[in-house]
Amino acid sequence: MTQIKRKSDTKMVPVPSMAIVPERDIDKAPVLEARHLGIEFGGLKAVDDFNIIIGKTEIAGLIGPNGAGKTTVFNLLTKVYQPTTGTVLINGKDTHGMNTVQANKAGIARTFQNIRLFNNMTVEENVRIGLHNQVKYGMFSGIFRAPAYWKQEKKQHEQALDLLSIFDMQDMADVKAGSLPYGAQRRLEIVRALATNPSLLLLDEPAAGMNPHETEELMENIIKIRDKFQIAVLLIEHDMNLVMGICEGICVLNYGRIIAKGTAEEIQQNPVVIEAYLGKQKEA
Amino acid sequence: MKMSKKFRSNLLTYGLVIVAFILCQLAVEKVIPGFKMSRSLKGQLVPICVYIVMAVSLNLTVGISGELSLGHAGFMSVGAFSGIVMSAWLVNAFQLENETIRLILAMVTGGVFAGVAGVLIGIPVLRLRGDYLAIVTLAFGEIIRNVMNCLYFSLDGPTLHVGFNNPNLPGKLVVNGPTGATGVDTISTFVMGFVLILFTLFVVLNLINSRSGRAIMAIRDNRIAAESMGINVTKYKMMAFVTSAVLAGMAGALYGLNYSTVTATKFRFDTSILVLVFVVLGGIGNIRGSIIAATVLTILPEVLRAFSDYRMLVYAIVLIVVMLATNSPLLTGLVERIRPKKKTAAKEGEAQ
Repeated sequence: MTQIKRKSDTKMVPVPSMAIVPERDIDKAPVLEARHLGIEFGGLKAVDDFNIIIGKTEIAGLIGPNGAGKTTVFNLLTKVYQPTTGTVLINGKDTHGMNTVQANKAGIARTFQNIRLFNNMTVEENVRIGLHNQVKYGMFSGIFRAPAYWKQEKKQHEQALDLLSIFDMQDMADVKAGSLPYGAQRRLEIVRALATNPSLLLLDEPAAGMNPHETEELMENIIKIRDKFQIAVLLIEHDMNLVMGICEGICVLNYGRIIAKGTAEEIQQNPVVIEAYLGKQKEA
Repeated sequence: MKMSKKFRSNLLTYGLVIVAFILCQLAVEKVIPGFKMSRSLKGQLVPICVYIVMAVSLNLTVGISGELSLGHAGFMSVGAFSGIVMSAWLVNAFQLENETIRLILAMVTGGVFAGVAGVLIGIPVLRLRGDYLAIVTLAFGEIIRNVMNCLYFSLDGPTLHVGFNNPNLPGKLVVNGPTGATGVDTISTFVMGFVLILFTLFVVLNLINSRSGRAIMAIRDNRIAAESMGINVTKYKMMAFVTSAVLAGMAGALYGLNYSTVTATKFRFDTSILVLVFVVLGGIGNIRGSIIAATVLTILPEVLRAFSDYRMLVYAIVLIVVMLATNSPLLTGLVERIRPKKKTAAKEGEAQ
């Protein structure tokens, strides 16, 4: 097993708005910048004043107790919800007024906490859906089998198998996605998201339901994906081994607000974080 | 390997239709002594073709796109009347007597007009989901029928006159409001019906196995995931809906030109439901199933004439029995045991 590149290898440096990014990304424009992001559901502030900057090739973590609003943040970033306040910039581009489809085209791809695969389609077809906007041909080329159809179908097939090879899943290409084992379904979701050619990959609890061995493998693969595609990853995870192991910058959320930001060591030492997770120690 | 599996399945569908067509032609032409077709069944040949096309096209909306539409007969109606008018106009304006060319042009016209209706209906309707969509498409079917009851078309030489609630048009009336189209040239043939089926299969099967078709199925399987993969939901739902409407319009034109009299009441809610029954019974999303169900269920009432008064009762019982049988775990288990090859192949795939 190859040695996982631990967080301690990365030196984190502050950027103007007090956020931190990996040192290697300091000269590059951040892939994601959220400013004062917030959403209210009938008076309840599910997320409030959320600020984050993610470097070009950073692996960032978003953690917090259950119901802290982590998935809501993902839904705001991918425009499933329209924020009531604040802005989201993807590669410096304001996403105001965009819908989910446009956010994806702008360079943001995600996986889901409760797996959302196209269960009645095969593994390869699932990846091909991810390639939908990368390898194109029109409806009539498809119906009348124009030369574009054959050329682009071949290209899609090759690219899909190439992407599946990240997780050694080429052999499963013809299996129905719904009949895959749980861990493989999670991996397929990541491949499918990668197929949309994103600059930021959002992973919602990628290790949920995986055994320690699978989690270890996943950690390696996330780093491998980052290195190969040179993209940023933001992940929500409850498995602290994974978060502390690979995340360079970590953001802790509680009751919809950021309570701490920093590197793994800083987060582990932070009394506010410990309180949020374990509760306040009673004064004797 | 995978492509060949789909290819084989499609080939089987085409083969089934072609073999059935050849058998029917042999029976009609009485080539083999003793192998012939009853007069009533012969009259059913074109309607069977029409219902097959209707079922396959509705399956595109219901099975592939996953939207319950209850107004499919509406598109058939638009196609039928525009096809009839086109066919009559071609004779008057160009003295075009060639029946095949007239029929083809009439079917194209029917398809175009039904497609336009599909776009107009689709824009508001496809924003709705589930039951609401079903209710609105049902209402649409009724609106079309009522509008057709008030429309009058007449031909004065090559000029076409249209009247709304106004039968006093110059020239000869082609479509006469509630009386419908009378004195229609019955130019539909079984051969053209067969060609239309092949065309429908070609369009639908090729669409399903293309980039657009996969997008349509992805939206059906998981709308939110499809959106976050960058798939434009409205565009692809519209694509399925309008393609389905165009094919229904072409079938409508074939149907309209098969009878000397066609009234708007022919395309009632019952017809929409009848086509939906074909789709459900043949298996939602299963194109070959739709073809078989449409054929069997169109012939069945004729075959059941022996039961005279109890005909529709037996028809209903057959429907219920087939539904129960295809959903019974006992029977499906038996089928899987007979075909163990498929099961083990699937298991191997899982194990990997």
